[in-house]
Amino acid sequence: MNAKQKLKLKEGAKRYLTVAFFLVPYIVLFATFFIFPLFFGVYISFFRYNVFDPSASKFIGLDNYKLAISGLTIGTTNVTYYAKMFWGSLKNTLLFVGVSVPLLIIIPILIAILIDIQPRFYKIFRVIFFLPTILSISAVGIIFKWQFDTQYGFVNGLIRVFGGKEVAWLNSQPYAWIAIIVTTIWWTIGTNTVIIGAGLKEVDKQMYEAAEVDGASYPRVIWSIALPSIKNQIFIIVFTTVIASFNIYGQPDILTGGGPAPSGTVAAGTPGTTTVVMMVIRGLMTGVNRQPGLAAAMSLIFGFFILIISLGQAAYNKYREKY
Amino acid sequence: MAIKSGVKRRKRVAFIILLVLSILWVLPLLWALGTSFKSANDMRTNVITIIPREFTFGNYQNLFENSAVYPIFKWLRNSALIAIIHTLLYLIIASMAAYAFGVMRWKGRNLVFGLLLATMAIPTVINLTPLFTMVIRFGWLDSEASWKSIFALIVPGLGGTFGLFIMRQFFMNIPYDLVESAQIEGLGHFGVYRKIVLPLGKSAIMVAGLFAFMGSWNDYLWPTLTAAVHFDPNWYTLQTGLATMQSQSNYDPGQVMAAAIISIIPVLIVYMFVQDKIIEGVSHTGIK
Repeated sequence: MNAKQKLKLKEGAKRYLTVAFFLVPYIVLFATFFIFPLFFGVYISFFRYNVFDPSASKFIGLDNYKLAISGLTIGTTNVTYYAKMFWGSLKNTLLFVGVSVPLLIIIPILIAILIDIQPRFYKIFRVIFFLPTILSISAVGIIFKWQFDTQYGFVNGLIRVFGGKEVAWLNSQPYAWIAIIVTTIWWTIGTNTVIIGAGLKEVDKQMYEAAEVDGASYPRVIWSIALPSIKNQIFIIVFTTVIASFNIYGQPDILTGGGPAPSGTVAAGTPGTTTVVMMVIRGLMTGVNRQPGLAAAMSLIFGFFILIISLGQAAYNKYREKY
Repeated sequence: MAIKSGVKRRKRVAFIILLVLSILWVLPLLWALGTSFKSANDMRTNVITIIPREFTFGNYQNLFENSAVYPIFKWLRNSALIAIIHTLLYLIIASMAAYAFGVMRWKGRNLVFGLLLATMAIPTVINLTPLFTMVIRFGWLDSEASWKSIFALIVPGLGGTFGLFIMRQFFMNIPYDLVESAQIEGLGHFGVYRKIVLPLGKSAIMVAGLFAFMGSWNDYLWPTLTAAVHFDPNWYTLQTGLATMQSQSNYDPGQVMAAAIISIIPVLIVYMFVQDKIIEGVSHTGIK
């Protein structure tokens, strides 16, 4: 090795040391609180895990998964409670995703189209629609819980004024879901509206005018010129909204607490409006029922499910961009 | 001419629809504000009006007098403390990483960054249980020393990717000539980072900081989960405190509404000053 090469090597090493100086704090945190937990979670899922005294944990193989999916015979009793709740909450979550996602896509697109026309005060309108997204779900939940209150809520108050019959919004189905979805729409559409709005702003308005001179109606112009030009933005909001909707937690947690139970049954043990993330949290929170192993197993099954859907969407997007 | 008058009419129609919708959007907030000033009797009999018939500060008074049970000012302090420390630490750590990824030239840079990007597809729900276990094992959730729970709320989020991506994207657009000429003048990388990249990247850093702050301030799930280990109301965040108040079976709706309004006011004030920055930051997330 000649002197020049040595110098180069030394410089290279120095450069990597500098890179490390800038990168290491972040990478250590990222690895500790994001990568390591991925593996640790799988480990926990094979145990009847004790978070306060890990040495008292017991390896139970796939029992947590069985408990979540099919039920498990412990001693002489067949425990199906968790499986029932898990499937019920998965069904609930899918229902919420299926109903809320189209609304959380279409409403923002419509609002963004109206804002893009730039009527008077359009900037103020945008600020108003975006405002709820900066509020916390606890504040939003408190406001909407009281709005939907059967006796004293604004919504039933209005219904009574018009001579209608009051609705037990948070205590009966499907009204509990309607309340949750209305709250979600009010709370979250601002983000998607702004993203779509930014896309529409970039579309060349001369193309609109040219099409209109040719006799196309405005809805037609939007449909055939504007929407195709913002495909990327639409993909992004669908992608992020699907993930956010799968992770729904705060709205039902505060508005309904996971209820209501169908009439004639006890609240505990029925899925009501309980979602998967709520089940996971319950597995970690409640004293007697604290079962981190089961919670880990449920979130892994569910997380795998979300991952497949996300990858499917990403693959579709690749395909779409190609053709 | 026909098109011009069409444009006018279109603007008018759009204005009316948006006006009606935005009234619907503001109404819940106004109603909540009005309700927080209603007397208990007023709340029950005068449901749909926004302006109270008997205007009273009673709900706020009750809330403040009840501070042994619901120490709302401590919750505000905790939320502010956690959000500020978290945001500052995150900006330092992530802006340094963004410098390494966005400005420095080194072999393997794109590979490492690509790996980081790829992990975004992994659903965060998977990490809840292990993170919960970890912060307990670290001794951060100790009912004997519940103040330590602020570590559990400050630290794990420091590995977040969102702000890093925003800053890296911005730093990448800083002309490399600037960096090189500064180096010729004798600045090391730390000097370039501090004297050139940070001042130039101010707007991206501000957006990343706003999102870090709002995420921390508004977080509900994680603080509530961790609080369920130490159960010390003095160290609840505002969001956990609010949720606890409304989950009591005999809660006083007036007090809870007053607490919700108090929690909203600081956020609204900040929003008034920086709404353009926030909206701009969000609109960039849609542009690849």
